[in-house]
Amino acid sequence: MAAPVLLGFIFLVLYPVLSVIRDSFTSYNPLSGDAAYIGADNYTRLVQDETAIEVAKNTLIFACILVPVNMALALFLAVLLNMHFKGRTTFRAIFFSPVIVSTVAWTIVWKYILQDDGPINYFLGLAGVDGPNWLRDNPWPMMSVVMVQVFKNLGMNMIFFLAALQGVPEEMYESSEIDGANRWQQFKKITLPFISPTILLVAILTIAGAFQVFAQVLLLTGGGPGLSTTVLSYYIFINAFQIFDLGYASALAVCLFVFVMGLTVAQWQIRTRWVFREV
Amino acid sequence: MKSKTNKRYTRRNSKLTGWRLFGMYLLLLAIAVPFLFPTWWMFTASLKPIEEVFAFPASLIPNDFQISNYAEVFRLQPFLRQYWNSMSIAIVVTLITVTTATMGGYAFARINFKGRSKLFVLLLTALLMPAEVTLIPIFRLMVKSGLSDTFLPVILIPAFGAHAVVGLFLMRQFFLDFPAELEEAAEIDGLSRWKVFTKIALPLAGPAIASLAIISFLYSWNLFLEPLVFLTEPNKYTLPVVLPQFTDTYGAPIFNVQLAATSLSVIPVMIVFVMAQRHFIRGITMTGLKG
Repeated sequence: MAAPVLLGFIFLVLYPVLSVIRDSFTSYNPLSGDAAYIGADNYTRLVQDETAIEVAKNTLIFACILVPVNMALALFLAVLLNMHFKGRTTFRAIFFSPVIVSTVAWTIVWKYILQDDGPINYFLGLAGVDGPNWLRDNPWPMMSVVMVQVFKNLGMNMIFFLAALQGVPEEMYESSEIDGANRWQQFKKITLPFISPTILLVAILTIAGAFQVFAQVLLLTGGGPGLSTTVLSYYIFINAFQIFDLGYASALAVCLFVFVMGLTVAQWQIRTRWVFREV
Repeated sequence: MKSKTNKRYTRRNSKLTGWRLFGMYLLLLAIAVPFLFPTWWMFTASLKPIEEVFAFPASLIPNDFQISNYAEVFRLQPFLRQYWNSMSIAIVVTLITVTTATMGGYAFARINFKGRSKLFVLLLTALLMPAEVTLIPIFRLMVKSGLSDTFLPVILIPAFGAHAVVGLFLMRQFFLDFPAELEEAAEIDGLSRWKVFTKIALPLAGPAIASLAIISFLYSWNLFLEPLVFLTEPNKYTLPVVLPQFTDTYGAPIFNVQLAATSLSVIPVMIVFVMAQRHFIRGITMTGLKG
């Protein structure tokens, strides 16, 4: 019964991963017809490629801003919306709604909103603030890509956190209130430990997602100005499907794969230090 | 479903009243702006004449309604065809994913076979696999077999690739929480494994299957990278591929028409979401990654 998914996995995940490793040792290029085995040349080229170094740096900056901002805001909203008041389901729906909008549509609209003469700067102007050219003046282009991505996907993490918060037994809060704990202490000593398995899962998924940001970069900034918003996944796309340097793109893809898997394994290893229940 | 782990708590003691409630609304409304404003702006700007889109002072409601932007969408691109492409691909992807992931999820939750847990961990790596990593060899394979400019790759990749594993994971979670007694009773009555699955487990899995169907449909409907790489003829484009292409001959976007096309792709999904949002979010919470 599991056969269809397993077959799909073999042909569309396992086989491609193995071939991308193999291709990374070739000069494969469908335009020039080249497909020679060139050893580790792509990797030595990668280490010397100043663009690739810059791109790796951008990728890390992007992930390092996106992941904490996304998770903190998602958890904050989940805590607020787990309280008891009228209209909370409506607010849940509002914060979740960008998740169902396609990334392309969401990004197109934000591109207009972020224009120098667009609505954001118009409203900032009304408040007497001279807004920057969001998509041109560094460091705002990178911040804009992060922001667009945060608003797009935050709702999903919020729902994961909300589900976890609703699993915290009310009695645990009641007994700590008798002991005189305040709200913040309760949050730190009861809520956070209890939902730590979910925090771990959300962290793993958000980090993996951060390394895949693509449409936002392509449509918002095209990787610019200069290279300032070119991230690894976008650089792979350019090398693979615009200049068809598939051998080199494969080497970059192997790096991306190692990045993501390495981070996941690292998080999994350190989980025993702060995750209080088994996942 | 009746198991203890599914009990839900909201903070009963934190019922808000008076000024605290007012402050909460104010805070939430302020945070809601960047979540709501883009959709509002997209729709209103799609009804404006082009000079008004970036006019000063900016208008929250169009001064001049120009419905013809929407007719322009269908004149510039075979948009109806592209809409149908997106719709039909998403329906096929949903049907395949629901079938295979439900069966697979059931197998991993209920049937003991050799190497099950190791196999499951291997499958989980697909959850984290960036699409860019697997796309290059798949592209090569598809070009070689002459399938690159067909719907096949944009159906197969979401229906059988990493996303199918996500589906399997969700359904496995559901069947793990499912009371085993029912099935055991049926087995004692002599029903085969397959019969137990189709007659007992499947009919009760309705809500989980519905959430999986929604997630799969949206995943395919919103897919961008794969159609962008594989589909090269405008007649075969899906919506996410065509939306950035509403440009004039110099490649500059025609703002209002592009936003009209974008609205046409977003608004039906939004309407369904607004009508079903309670079930929608509850379904995702239920099947979602619980702690």
